[in-house]
Amino acid sequence: MIRLSSMKEQKKAEEAAGNQPKSKVSAAQLRIAKDINDLDMPPTCQTAFENRDDLLNFKLQICPDQGYYQGGRFIFRFKVPQIYPHEPPKVKCETQVYHPNIDLDGNVCLNILREDWKPVLNINSVIYGLQFLFLEPNPDDPLNKEAADVLKRDKRQYEQNVYRSMRGGYIGNTHFRSCLK
Amino acid sequence: MEGHRFQALRAYLSKTSKLAKEDFEASEELLDLLQNEIRVLIVGAGGLGCEILKCMALSGFGKIDIIDMDTIDLSNLNRQFLFRQKDVGRGKADVAAEFIMGRVPEASVTPHFCRIEEKDSDFYRQFQIVILGLDSVQARRWINAKMFSLLIHDDDGNILPQSIRPIIDGGTEGFRGHCRLICPTMTACLECNLDLFPPQVNFPLCTIASVPRLPEHCIEWSRIIAWEEEDPFQGEPVDGDNFSHITWLTEKARERAEEFNIDASGIDFRKTQGVIKRIIPAVASTNSVIASQCVTEAFKLATYSFDNMDNYSMLNQNAGIYQFVYPAERKEDCVVCGKKRRVIEVGKEKTLGDLIAKLKDENELSGPALTANIENSEKVLFMDNIQGTHENLSRTLEELSLGNQEIQVTDKAYAAPVTIQLRFTGES
Repeated sequence: MIRLSSMKEQKKAEEAAGNQPKSKVSAAQLRIAKDINDLDMPPTCQTAFENRDDLLNFKLQICPDQGYYQGGRFIFRFKVPQIYPHEPPKVKCETQVYHPNIDLDGNVCLNILREDWKPVLNINSVIYGLQFLFLEPNPDDPLNKEAADVLKRDKRQYEQNVYRSMRGGYIGNTHFRSCLK
Repeated sequence: MEGHRFQALRAYLSKTSKLAKEDFEASEELLDLLQNEIRVLIVGAGGLGCEILKCMALSGFGKIDIIDMDTIDLSNLNRQFLFRQKDVGRGKADVAAEFIMGRVPEASVTPHFCRIEEKDSDFYRQFQIVILGLDSVQARRWINAKMFSLLIHDDDGNILPQSIRPIIDGGTEGFRGHCRLICPTMTACLECNLDLFPPQVNFPLCTIASVPRLPEHCIEWSRIIAWEEEDPFQGEPVDGDNFSHITWLTEKARERAEEFNIDASGIDFRKTQGVIKRIIPAVASTNSVIASQCVTEAFKLATYSFDNMDNYSMLNQNAGIYQFVYPAERKEDCVVCGKKRRVIEVGKEKTLGDLIAKLKDENELSGPALTANIENSEKVLFMDNIQGTHENLSRTLEELSLGNQEIQVTDKAYAAPVTIQLRFTGES
């Protein structure tokens, strides 16, 4: 396939070529730079980079403008691993929310974040997925069982619970802080 | 080159044959070349590494380096045959080198007991061929990117052929394995088809949290949820090799299994460690086969005696023996090898905004983002999405320390990122 040169020949040729700039970018950095630059977010979503040089750690804010969660402001923290895109970004919700797929510790149950992740997906896909959770909460795969039960049983009650929790109040024994925009 | 060991090899290399490559140059000196003029690096001294090292030494390679950060464990001894019980606890690279040099005095093996990341570019430049016997995608990606970073380009973007260092990547997992030849600029690189690596098995979080059915779910629960909630080791992250960590996790997993009426009898230290570390049991014969393929490719490269594999061989012995070679194609927009490279000369007093305008203009870009690695830290020079970077637009290139610096440019218009080497006018 290729004719290798001996150690000596290689060294001579490389030295003759002169000074090369030291290159040191990781593949994950290149890929995340592309993902972030290619972000195509609706007006309801906004990213924030605390450290402008660190593309691997940032926050996402979603303010749904329709559905049960209209008017709320929800913040997610993204941690992109060095092995991205082979592994999905780690996402946690930093806002207390009454939702069947988000627990009170901030864990998010979204298939593409775990078992359905594929390297061909990107940050855009994750953002769409998170938005979808607010538009169509899924009671069949619950992290918060109570919320899921209410949603299945009585949609009006669920709507009221969401409304109340977003404005700050008790749902059962849990107190939710207001998260209105 | 005395002795009987390589007599057959010498005969093979010093005679032409109708079956050899057309431009194969048989010669008495070829064996000498193998022994003294070609330096090879073997990455990993475990299951694959031991086999590879053994085959390389016996195939005439005389200058071999081997690098591995691990120490020998009792469980390695069934297949990592360069080690004995008395070696448990010692560095794998060190013991492997000692053993081979003891048995094959013609080979000189230099061990490196450290992480691959601890070696610099000058270290990797010493080698003509790199053979991988690694156990993780991450390490492979790192080496792939490293060897590609050693390519030398001229101003027109042409590559100096002597800077091309082929990588032979071997991998095994139970009864399956692969051996592939990565020849920078010629074949697909590792990053090109990274998507083909099967993803780690991850259970849905809700299954783990609410409705576990398998012992594995309980173990994952203890790792993900219980560990975070109870923080049993003062903020330390889960370490699959730490005895107390695994013991704690095993205990928690058993409690959880009992709570959900799952058979906890299978949850012991070994099972827990297996799930946490995602261990797949190793089969010695798979290592043998893959290693032999790797060394054959290295031998062909070094002697130019026969055509190399083109370029990806896979082996699946799960049901019968299935082996297939196919030419893995380069991905046009691969972030490692698809990059186009240009040298741009510009005045150091120009601003970053000027540079971006120039790039936009000459290349019809819509919204480029520029990143660079300056003095070992990643910097985002400009990205529209990131507010903090907008102030850089008015700073000069000199101010931003961009002289003779490599800058990565990504844009919606580009398939692959472009590397710009910035040169200030008036400087070489």
